Amino acid sequence: MSIILDKVNYVYSEETAYEKQALNQVSLKIEDGEFIGIIGHTGSGKSTLIQHLNGLLKATSGGIYYNGRDIYEEDYDRKELRSKVGLVFQYPEHQLFETTVFADVCFGPKNLGLSRKEAELRAFSALKSAGLPEEYWYRSPFELSGGQKRRAAIAGVLAMKPEVLILDEPTAGLDPWGREEILNQIASMHQELNMTILLVSHSMEDVAEYVKRIIVMNQGSILLDGAPKEVFLHQQKLEAAGLLVPQVTYLMQELKGRGIPVSVEVTTLKEAKEAVLQAFSNRRLG
Amino acid sequence: MLRDITIGQYYPSDSILHKLDPRVKLLGTLVYVLSLFFFRGAAGFAAVTLGLAALIWLSKVPLRYMVKGLKAIGVILVLTGMFNLFLTPGEPLASFGIFKITEEGLKNAGFMVIRLTYLILGSSVLTLTTTPNRLTDGLEKALRPLNKIGVPVHEISMIMSIALRFIPILVEETDKIMKAQLARGADFESGNLIKKAKAMAPLLVPLFISAFRRANDLAMAMEARCYNGGEGRTKMKPLKYTGKDGWAYLIMAGYFAGIIVCVWMSRNGRNS
Amino acid sequence: MNLIEARKLVHEYIRRDEEGNVEGILAALDGVDLEVKAGEFVAILGHNGSGKSTLAKHLNVLLKASEGTLWVDGKDTLDDNYQWDIRKSAGMVFQNPDNQIIAGVVEEDVAFGPENIGVPTDEIWNRVEKSLKSVGMLGYREHSPNKLSGGQKQRVAIAGVMAMEPKCIVLDEPTAMLDPQGRREVLEAVGALNREKGITVILITHYMEEAVQADKVYVMDHGKVVMQGKPREIFSQVDRLKSYRLDVPQITLLAHELRKEGLQIPEGILTRQELAEALCQLY
Repeated sequence: MSIILDKVNYVYSEETAYEKQALNQVSLKIEDGEFIGIIGHTGSGKSTLIQHLNGLLKATSGGIYYNGRDIYEEDYDRKELRSKVGLVFQYPEHQLFETTVFADVCFGPKNLGLSRKEAELRAFSALKSAGLPEEYWYRSPFELSGGQKRRAAIAGVLAMKPEVLILDEPTAGLDPWGREEILNQIASMHQELNMTILLVSHSMEDVAEYVKRIIVMNQGSILLDGAPKEVFLHQQKLEAAGLLVPQVTYLMQELKGRGIPVSVEVTTLKEAKEAVLQAFSNRRLG
Repeated sequence: MLRDITIGQYYPSDSILHKLDPRVKLLGTLVYVLSLFFFRGAAGFAAVTLGLAALIWLSKVPLRYMVKGLKAIGVILVLTGMFNLFLTPGEPLASFGIFKITEEGLKNAGFMVIRLTYLILGSSVLTLTTTPNRLTDGLEKALRPLNKIGVPVHEISMIMSIALRFIPILVEETDKIMKAQLARGADFESGNLIKKAKAMAPLLVPLFISAFRRANDLAMAMEARCYNGGEGRTKMKPLKYTGKDGWAYLIMAGYFAGIIVCVWMSRNGRNS
Repeated sequence: MNLIEARKLVHEYIRRDEEGNVEGILAALDGVDLEVKAGEFVAILGHNGSGKSTLAKHLNVLLKASEGTLWVDGKDTLDDNYQWDIRKSAGMVFQNPDNQIIAGVVEEDVAFGPENIGVPTDEIWNRVEKSLKSVGMLGYREHSPNKLSGGQKQRVAIAGVMAMEPKCIVLDEPTAMLDPQGRREVLEAVGALNREKGITVILITHYMEEAVQADKVYVMDHGKVVMQGKPREIFSQVDRLKSYRLDVPQITLLAHELRKEGLQIPEGILTRQELAEALCQLY
């Protein structure tokens, strides 16, 4: 299973004063089971990109293939595509509307035409996967705290049983603790549910800790695409696009520049700690 | 989707229309709308068209931008056209089953569609060239005499200006919630009217909640900035008439007189 | 004389059930003491729900204390006569940039405050120009706020407060909804106002990096002030900060972890340069 984008272009508000090329010749392939971070500053095209993947926006030109089928073919079932590629928008708690959390999570499966029982079973397992404690399930979504609301909203998309889950800034507006909790939850969903996950973020540190591949967007194009280590080597390119590499990566470069032989291919706190300790113990031995 | 609605959104420019006093433009719009309902015959039509063309040209707003605003009300235009076309009694020119097209119908439909189009284009010139704040300032000042009979003019104009400021934000938000629910398999299009109305709940409930939250935040922000009603307020841009405005009133009077003459002539023409 | 002084400030929310019976009382503020001198930059840290926003709203008399006292610029906040004076001297910037901009044009929004307090027209123009300049937004004076980025909107909101010529600005999580670029813009603008114009700044945030430039840091948890001191004193207590659900800057955390591994790094490292320096000296 895979998603392939072939030279996708998208133009906003065509033929008006506000015309803007939001995507420019974007080509990329997403394999089954990947955990990808999409990074870019506001307006870089990352939100536009993800809305193409489940067919909410239609490319001005270019093709998108889901599992080998052209999603712009006339008889392609785009409603089904939306259930296969789940999209969690920024501040997803703003879409909650039902009287209880459980009923809200049932909304998606019901729209798929499932029986009440089947929908409830799905809601049950989705709420579990999203890590919302059972005591909140039958409360009004509006009584929940920010972090809990967000879990409820993520469960609402999970209940569609998507094969691919895309999350747009899932940690926006949460406090550090809530941020870490949600990211850990997403990582465990990737492991346990065996889903392909795309995480849109502007925090390099967040993304570097979790994902295996990073796609950097700038001005509607893909600037860099690769493993975090490879991507963060292109410090100047990233800075030119208004992005910073993680603080620890900068630190390693500075240490190396000042004569401490550490690896500069460091992107997380853990790696940084190991690299520094390694350098110190090598010196002691040598 | 919804964000494409550009009708009535302020378009920054430095045209002469942008610089006119909002009170002039308010009265001007009134005169223009009246003229639309008075005009008869080719001469009147020419006068109104000329007037509209001049307004658009003076506003320096690209025509394409204005016409795009019409798309949003395309359905209303088509419906009005159809009603007039098929439901006007008279001599049938052609008929399809129970529907008859009459000469009068054709005329009426044409007139109504043109009138509506002109009405929307003309009144959007007002909002395209006037910032919401100036517009409500104009209204507030023009309607001030009503204050004496207990109409809360300042409050009404404040409500209007805030509404205008938040319409684009709420439109964008509607767009976003709609997409989020579509991603959860919602269907806003198929089914009968009742089903459709029901399908709106996942859109409307979050939208209302958001609007209330914003209203709450905004009220607090206004209070924090010492807002305490209209009393004792000063203005950054107090309304003052200048020479331009005098000329504009004159031209307006001329235009109105012209329309009256057209109406009078066409009536006389018919009588004789 | 302190510009702001709170003594044993308590704020209780009464929760009622559907019939209006009292269900419980929630102390959002529970005996808070706070002292801010004129010209200081004070950061108040705390996770969501720690009471920091409730405290902010007291400084602007948007809320009133249930118990205790709070003076702002020598005026008692419990005295209704001073409400408007206090709001004039302690301006407030909120979290959501969209929900605090009232007018459809940048300069008209900045003028909203001065208009409310009856500043004459010529003076309003002066103030609008000065305030927009002080946050680097003068070039956008005729723009619609809807077309601005989040960081720019927040700077307009700050200008709107500056135009009332306050002694103090209270910013309630001004960067929570912004991207890194916007956060930088807002923090730089706030820092400059503090340094160059001597404006007292009270920055409420849950991002610790933002507190690094402060003169004094307060940490709140469960409606109480649980830590206070200079940033370095506060940030050296990594484990304690984590127990209050705060996150410590990556570099400070790394220094802390390396210390635990036995490297002799000083406590309270705040910046990359400091850590690099410390490691080089050890090597």
